[in-house]
Amino acid sequence: MTNPDEHPLAARLDAVAAQAAAAVDAAADLDALHAVEIELTGKRSVLTEAKKELGGLEPEQRRVIGQRVNAVRTEVAQLVQTRRDVLAAAERRRQLDHERLDLTEREPARAGHLHLVTQARDHLEDVFVGMGFTVAEGPEVETDFYNFEALNLPASHPARGMWDTFYVELGEPGTVLLRTHTSPVQIRVMEATEPPIYSIMPGRVYRRDTADATHTPVFHQIEGLVIDKGISFADLAGTLDAFTRAYFGRQVQSRLRPSYFPFTEPSAEYDISCVFCGGTGCRSCGGTGWLELGGCGMVHPNVFAAVGYDPEVWTGFAFGFGIDRMTAQRSGVDDLRDLFTNDVRFLEQF
Amino acid sequence: MKVLLSWLREFAPIEGDPAFIGDQMSDLGMAVESMDVLGVGLGDIVVARVAALRSHPDADRIQIVDVDAGDGELRQVCCGAFNMAVGDLVPLAPVGATLPDGMEISRRKMRGQWSEGMLCAAGELGLDDGSDGIMILGNGTTTVVPGQALTEALGLDGDVLYDLEINPNRPDAMSVAGVARDLAARLGVPFALPDPEVATTGEAAEGRVRVEIVDPDLCGRFCAVVLDGIAVGPSPAWLAQRLGAVGMRPVNNIVDISNYVMWELGAPNHAYDLDRLSGGTLRARWARPGEVIETLDGVERTLSPGDGVIADGDDAAVGIAGVMGGASTEISAETTTVVVEFAWWDPMTIARSSRALSLRSEASSRFERGCDPAIAGLAARRFAELAMAVGASLAPGMVEATGSVAVTPTVRVRPDRVNALLGTSLDTVDITGAIGPIGFGCTAATDGSGGLDVTVPTWRPDTSTETDVIEEVARHIGYSTIAARRPARATTGGLDQRQQLRRRVRGVLVGLGACEAMPTPLLSADDLAVAGLPVDAVTITNPLAAEESLLRTSLRPGLLRSVAHNTSHRNPSVRLFEVGRVFVMPTGSPLLPGSPELASAPVLPNEPEMCAAILSGEAAPAAVTVLDVLADALGVDVELVAAEPAGMHPTRSAEIRQGDTTVGLVGEVDPAVVDAMGLEGPVAWMELNLDALTVPDATERGYRSVSRFPSADVDLAFELGEHIPAAELRRAIIHSAGDLLVDVQLFDVYRGAGVAQGTRSLAHRLRLQALDRTLTDGEVGAVRQAVVDHVVAELGATLR
Repeated sequence: MTNPDEHPLAARLDAVAAQAAAAVDAAADLDALHAVEIELTGKRSVLTEAKKELGGLEPEQRRVIGQRVNAVRTEVAQLVQTRRDVLAAAERRRQLDHERLDLTEREPARAGHLHLVTQARDHLEDVFVGMGFTVAEGPEVETDFYNFEALNLPASHPARGMWDTFYVELGEPGTVLLRTHTSPVQIRVMEATEPPIYSIMPGRVYRRDTADATHTPVFHQIEGLVIDKGISFADLAGTLDAFTRAYFGRQVQSRLRPSYFPFTEPSAEYDISCVFCGGTGCRSCGGTGWLELGGCGMVHPNVFAAVGYDPEVWTGFAFGFGIDRMTAQRSGVDDLRDLFTNDVRFLEQF
Repeated sequence: MKVLLSWLREFAPIEGDPAFIGDQMSDLGMAVESMDVLGVGLGDIVVARVAALRSHPDADRIQIVDVDAGDGELRQVCCGAFNMAVGDLVPLAPVGATLPDGMEISRRKMRGQWSEGMLCAAGELGLDDGSDGIMILGNGTTTVVPGQALTEALGLDGDVLYDLEINPNRPDAMSVAGVARDLAARLGVPFALPDPEVATTGEAAEGRVRVEIVDPDLCGRFCAVVLDGIAVGPSPAWLAQRLGAVGMRPVNNIVDISNYVMWELGAPNHAYDLDRLSGGTLRARWARPGEVIETLDGVERTLSPGDGVIADGDDAAVGIAGVMGGASTEISAETTTVVVEFAWWDPMTIARSSRALSLRSEASSRFERGCDPAIAGLAARRFAELAMAVGASLAPGMVEATGSVAVTPTVRVRPDRVNALLGTSLDTVDITGAIGPIGFGCTAATDGSGGLDVTVPTWRPDTSTETDVIEEVARHIGYSTIAARRPARATTGGLDQRQQLRRRVRGVLVGLGACEAMPTPLLSADDLAVAGLPVDAVTITNPLAAEESLLRTSLRPGLLRSVAHNTSHRNPSVRLFEVGRVFVMPTGSPLLPGSPELASAPVLPNEPEMCAAILSGEAAPAAVTVLDVLADALGVDVELVAAEPAGMHPTRSAEIRQGDTTVGLVGEVDPAVVDAMGLEGPVAWMELNLDALTVPDATERGYRSVSRFPSADVDLAFELGEHIPAAELRRAIIHSAGDLLVDVQLFDVYRGAGVAQGTRSLAHRLRLQALDRTLTDGEVGAVRQAVVDHVVAELGATLR
């Protein structure tokens, strides 16, 4: 028996194995690799021919050489696969490079922006909703009754001068007007519902003030009304303090000072510690350390009388303040007229 | 209301840091708007006596003044003012002095003459008393002497000027004494109103002066005193300085004393020249229609019966009650005898009268709040005391007439109610302690109820109810002493559906790149006309300007104007939106003022809430896309019906319908409007009436199961006449395809070769699917045929 290793077939197989790696590596692309693969393992390859010739060999030689054929074929297949992976990755990379996009080669798209006043109003609503308040609204064109009379401001009341009023040509002259505050909504809510009431009333209001940096004839207010049994001035102070901290920040304090409004008694001014200097005094707060925010007080018995509530059973408080000036000041907007000019260079900043 | 600390101290020993005192006044509801320490920087200024006045050899506009600053030496000062006389005492800033504004005085030559210092005007010393020229401190008859420090001469040392904001319910605080009373109570120091003893001489007032109240509803009390020996001249420096400091321009000694007493005691009064007062008579009565009077300010005014007057013996008006005196009896240099009126006028009358006449005075602002009707006697004695210091004498007696004055009420105050309203636990002692010191008389109720009977002082006419008194209690215990707490009830807050809808709408529009605008709702007729809209809007009776005299009926004019603003600032392409109300005239036949039906007629306009988006530089389809996204986000089905709404492009606009209801419109703004407003067209527009729109509650929307079986697509291209909207074809497809249709998409529109003239090809892809099975070819074919048959028959379309 001839040593299988000395069989000529073995030498040819060894030669294939020896050349395979170089041939595979030499393939520059997938097509070349395919050609190499056919040359090495195709019908006319040494491997295929060797397999055909196995039948003519002695059993022991056939076994050894057969194993050898399989080993070389496996080795070649591995070499080809490895090379194919490399070439495929390179090909894919070439393709991807071709698809390359410069993601900065464009004008940035822009979202729209909510108006500064809307953002403030939404935030205010959210804080009060979190405190258990509902949100009520009412008409902007009002009757004298809702805007003044029911709020303890009869026609002859000198304090009516506190509000410069726009009247409209409806009804008897001087009876229909643009609401000067959101307070008429209080009356409408009280007329429409039974206590308890925990509501805020945001909205647009009108005053006959010539527009300047700190006044606009059309602006926005938010009003709050709480009516329940056992409601006192202490509840007013606590509610406003909780609101102040929730809206302006935990470190901001509130204080109440005696004041006068026809629809509340006792009445108070509602101040917050200056959000700019923290209360030490600065230009924004005129050196006082406090910012005047709005007015508040216990609902006047005459207001209860106007809506038919028994002031011995129900007590309540109301508060209100302007949204525009407060939010403009916080945002560093120094001219309120800018809020309503609708210049996109302004609107897009908020 | 301006008050000086030194003036307050004449009524109570108020001590402490000026800032602390200011805080106390603020905490009492008399908000300190400003606080100024006077005399700061005046330490170098001394009193000097004018020894001689000489003209400057080389200048007309300055003179040479030789002054003696108390050291007996005369120094030469050049001065540009000419209002002083030899003997006058004036403020001198000597060489080396520094003025309050930081200016240093040096020895210098003026037009060749040495000036050894500077004589000062009040304004240059920060003591603006409204006077011109060099400040005259007196002429040797007062206690002021040369060499004295100016601050000492004026009593300014450490004085503090507070500017207080006084609320309408604090008539008492419209006087120095009233502020002092409140402050003394807070500080726990005694308060006293000095009542001067005044000697009287000469002929009694009675017989020389007659007072009469013709209309008791106008005048509650009318008192008068007579002062003889008047020598009208400048006031003493201290008095002029005080008045100047609180903002009253010094006039002459009598007028100044009148103002001083008003300021100090809250008792407006008026001095008439008795010799010019016909019949020596003062009658309080209502004005006659058209009655004319020339007031002190030189203006001739026509009165109406709502005004009150003081008339003389000839019944001619010599003053407008509580507002302003007349010119005919004005104090002049020749005046030797005056009659001084101390009256109490009906507050409502004065408020109405001063408003009707557009004439506000320090007197009217006090009378309309309500003065103390009991102050007349004290005020008259104080007037006389001050007048006697300038040489006048008081005639014996005060003449008086009485009308109707509201009686000072006694109010029952229940401690339980106090505590219920304030959230406190005060007892009767606490309550008495709070308001007793400001003059409220508190006695225990005799009915055993535990309440207090509280007598309201005459100077608090604002106070008449238990709640009024409770406010005073709260004020004086201090709002800050009331312990804050939160209401005990746990409530659930939330936004209602509309409020949530509004936020969703805004969110969608912001996501579409639109910025929220807030134009004014006040428009001009022109704004509506230019926008092509009917000028039928609610009119403002008293607009600030014609440009803002109507209430908007549409959001379009405001948004167009906003786009115009941006266009003029080189941003012609903007996307803006607004959510807001418009105002629609109330329906029904217009009623004339005065008609009996008017009282019950609905006078308020309808205020639908609108949402609108404007896309400048974009065509109609962009607006339709906005609508599509919005409608989809809100879950509403809307249809477009071509229309020609006012102000819109007649062939590129549509009404938005939800069922049979028109809920808005969409398309392009009329190019004529775009041109007229100088915009860069096209301008796309979408508006929705949120009041008309029915938005399904998310929880109520139906759910359609998603099939697990394969779907089949059918593509159908029809040639459809141009006059038929594509929506009709879509509707017809949906209508005829039946339940198997799950989706339909328009995927191609083609006009041109191969398509009949006057039509376009619209290609739709119908996706068919069943929930429970895979569709057979037969089923798909049947649907296809049904759709084709229906569309061809219904719309006259041709299948391609």
